[in-house]
Amino acid sequence: MEKEEKVPLKKILLICSKANLEDVYAALVMANGAVMEGIETKIFFTFFGLDAITKKTMNKLHTATTGNPGMRMPGGLPFPTLLGGLPGVEAGVSAMMRKQMEELDIPPVDEFLELITAGGGEIYACKLAMDMFKLTKEDLSDEVEAVITVGELYEMCDGAGTQIVFT
Amino acid sequence: MDKLIAGVNVSVNEEGYMTDSSQWTKEVAAAIAAEEGIELTDKHYELIEFVRNKVANGETLTIRGIGKSGVVSAKEFYGLFPGAPLKKATKISGVPKPTSCI
Repeated sequence: MEKEEKVPLKKILLICSKANLEDVYAALVMANGAVMEGIETKIFFTFFGLDAITKKTMNKLHTATTGNPGMRMPGGLPFPTLLGGLPGVEAGVSAMMRKQMEELDIPPVDEFLELITAGGGEIYACKLAMDMFKLTKEDLSDEVEAVITVGELYEMCDGAGTQIVFT
Repeated sequence: MDKLIAGVNVSVNEEGYMTDSSQWTKEVAAAIAAEEGIELTDKHYELIEFVRNKVANGETLTIRGIGKSGVVSAKEFYGLFPGAPLKKATKISGVPKPTSCI
């Protein structure tokens, strides 16, 4: 019988391509958790995910109130899609979610990025998406290490015990 | 189970976390820290005291909370306990392994 050798996770790369509050936080929580475990951690933000590292938008992320079957009213009743489309509803629901997260000691996005880099985690932005959205490095959070290409991204993913996760 | 740490029998779980916080002494802390490859400084002890007080009050420990403790910043915390700071700091402080995800 072949002997199975366990290789512990040493490095993780998380890719975040969406700007929904929940998608961004999934990436941030997983990244921060990895940093806390002493795992080398990098997050690559691309496409709409750039909102999470753009100074203007990072702390104003929304969760979708339409087309989101997981949405519930307080109390657990289904959230009517028509209601989700009314002006202000999405902003209100998103503000409520941010407040609930704050109560659980989950920091706002800007502070979360600081926390991740404080532990040695690295934040990268996708060059192609930056060009597409006409963004410059100055538009991004100071916590962003660099704007890089996909090739440069893969170069950083060498070594046994490395995993790439697309959130 | 019991483990002989710094010449005293201390009860620990299988991961080496103390199960009776009252058995904690500075000497025990120093011995556990040495096992983790850390030499304790005054700053470490200051933080350990903060951690022990937090846990004694039944509060959840998070890196963010420690960063706002006024004792150290999050970055300094990572510097004091390299690798997995929250796990190491709690182990050395003689309190249970934290269950927080953040």
